[in-house]
Amino acid sequence: MSEKKSLNKIVTDLTKPIKNHRWFMLWILFLLSVMGFGLFGWITQLTEGLGSTALTDYISWGLYISGFIFFVATALIGMLISSVLGLLGIKWITPIARIAELIAVGFAMWAGLIIVFDMGRPERLLNVFIHGRLQSPITWDVTVVMTYVTISILLYLLPLIPDMPFLKKTMTDAPKWKQKIYSILSFGWVGSPEQYKIIKRSIKVLAVLIIPVALAIHTVTSWLFAMTPRIGWDSTIFGPYYVTGAFVAGGAAVMIAMYVFSRTYNLKEYITDFHFDKMGKLLVLLMLVYLYFNINEYIVPGYKMKQGDDIHILNLFVGHNAKLFWSVQICGMILPLILFLFKRMRKPLPAMIISIAIVIGAFFKRYIITVPTLEHPAFPADNVPAEYLIYWPNWVEWSITMMAIAGAILIVTILAKLFPIMPIWEVAHEEGITNEEMNEFEV
Amino acid sequence: MKIKKQLEQKDNNTKNTRREFLKKGVLAGVGTILAGGIVTSFNATASGKTVNVLGPDGKVKTVAKEHLKDIGKKTEAQLQKAGREGIPNRRWVMVIDLGKCKNDQRCMEACQTHHQLWTSKDGKGDKVQHHINVHELKRNEKSGGFFMPKTCQHCDNPPCTKVCPVDATYKRDDGIVLIDNLRCIGCRFCVAACPYSARVFNWHNPKDEEKYADKKYNVELNVPQKRGTVTKCVFSADRLREGELPYCVSACGNGVFWFGDENEDAVTNGTTKETVRLSKLLKDNAAYTLMPELATRPRVYYLPEKDRIFPFESKKKEGDVNHHA
Repeated sequence: MSEKKSLNKIVTDLTKPIKNHRWFMLWILFLLSVMGFGLFGWITQLTEGLGSTALTDYISWGLYISGFIFFVATALIGMLISSVLGLLGIKWITPIARIAELIAVGFAMWAGLIIVFDMGRPERLLNVFIHGRLQSPITWDVTVVMTYVTISILLYLLPLIPDMPFLKKTMTDAPKWKQKIYSILSFGWVGSPEQYKIIKRSIKVLAVLIIPVALAIHTVTSWLFAMTPRIGWDSTIFGPYYVTGAFVAGGAAVMIAMYVFSRTYNLKEYITDFHFDKMGKLLVLLMLVYLYFNINEYIVPGYKMKQGDDIHILNLFVGHNAKLFWSVQICGMILPLILFLFKRMRKPLPAMIISIAIVIGAFFKRYIITVPTLEHPAFPADNVPAEYLIYWPNWVEWSITMMAIAGAILIVTILAKLFPIMPIWEVAHEEGITNEEMNEFEV
Repeated sequence: MKIKKQLEQKDNNTKNTRREFLKKGVLAGVGTILAGGIVTSFNATASGKTVNVLGPDGKVKTVAKEHLKDIGKKTEAQLQKAGREGIPNRRWVMVIDLGKCKNDQRCMEACQTHHQLWTSKDGKGDKVQHHINVHELKRNEKSGGFFMPKTCQHCDNPPCTKVCPVDATYKRDDGIVLIDNLRCIGCRFCVAACPYSARVFNWHNPKDEEKYADKKYNVELNVPQKRGTVTKCVFSADRLREGELPYCVSACGNGVFWFGDENEDAVTNGTTKETVRLSKLLKDNAAYTLMPELATRPRVYYLPEKDRIFPFESKKKEGDVNHHA
């Protein structure tokens, strides 16, 4: 990399975006209005019942459940980048680890909420704790989602601690409540060697802990489907299939966030072309693994074409879901995979655009996993209106899903406005700045 | 119905004491009929609301409404408890004779009426709910079509109860799978898990919600229906408790349904009321269960449609797909 940066420059560069509020309010306003519309949708749904959605007795899971898998999937990237790659000692993730962790926190929290939107009786949510049954995958899911959110928040908060003294010293003109937050979250940090030892060890423990929890959260999510005897869901590879797909979705989301933050926060010196190039290569690897699982998931039943499987596979390959199926497979996986093989496509702007395609593809891929299976019940849908087998989400479902997406982005935005988007102390370490120099830092 | 029956009983049996008679809950009102009440006093009270009751002497008397006391009726808590416990020493079982079904759909109508379900005749016909549905199927291209009434299969290894996060749907000792609409959170995991598509959801406000507003919830009837919860065939557990056959079984005019107790090894035909040995009926008629490959072990048996007593007339248009038989 280029010549060494001074501590002063690092602190100034990373705290400046927190002070600069240009466009910030407008963006928040935009997110809040999207959420407001979603809230209107939810109120409609609460007053009229789930009948206000396009769901039916046959297609009884739709956009909310697809959205739920998408949210859990996107949240999983925190584990891969800040935990797995971090533990392996890979250095280039330092400036983007916190971005990944932010996405994990924001999306995991809304994953928990979106499930509530799908419930016919959200006011009975507590029944899950009062009458919870161990044998239900939903109980497992609730448990691991909550654990993942907790560990993700801790993994976000702990590395913030050594940054707090810098914030306290530089953000002198910040409002009182903000300074109070900085004080509380510094937990008496003075930067002693003992404290460094403790914090590094704690982060390491959490980083190890989150790996099985993250694997569990998405495996269990896949089991919501795989544990039922339905064609299209009844698959033994659903766990790893979901997990690898999740990394692709989350990786692309991180790529988009990297672009947005490096541009709006003026951090091109920190998140460089090198980082986009590395993320692009990582995505190639992840997409190759995901492609491998896709081949297994569709070619194996597609080769045999057993009764029941045939209807499902033909529906996806050439039937009325074919357009969506091939769009997400080609635009959301195969094409990005090929494009990312070229160095020019791993430059920031093309990488960001390709990543948008991956994320949109990832969202609709979850829809393709959830809905078409339900369109083919084992017994024909006799004596019910023909519409019972035809589903496309209506405005209520779209508005509520948009609220969830805007809500997750809102969490990311606000946290990125309260605290530096990169760990100052870790960036400083990379530049060869010692702990003593950091402790003596004055504006 | 009940009142008429008991009035006849009164004519036949004049020995009934007044107390016993009132206990049976015979109350005839002008325009209102209250079953299951007892008169605690004949004095009129301040509210002025009165009810006409038929006394033991055969004369109609006017009494204050407050003085009617409910007897012989279970509280909601008692109903919930009984609904969890089931009917002792019974193992309910249903046998459906496919050779006799001509798609009259009287079973479906009776079921929808008693379980407060939306039918195609209500509203714009966009809300239809079935606990029992009659399918039109074909085993393969060359074999003839047939009609198949399909209820909840009340599996002994139910995929639906396993996935319920709150124990709202459960399997009872008497073999029935029930759903508690007061506990259900509406996640619809059981709907997704049921391979027979036997479960339906209350997407909208239940039919005639106002009419059922003061009714106590009976888990064995799934009535009053609750919006945002799952509902399903309960083998008419409320009827079984009174020693009667399920609504669909009694409604059939073609002798399709046999219903009974596996422990007694006896089933009764809903139309002819003939009672036969269950084991012999199953053995002699090549009985089978639906989707045995899933090992759900249904409590509903089917007798193949060989020797149909009605000619089969398809109601389906060309190109409709039959997925399973």
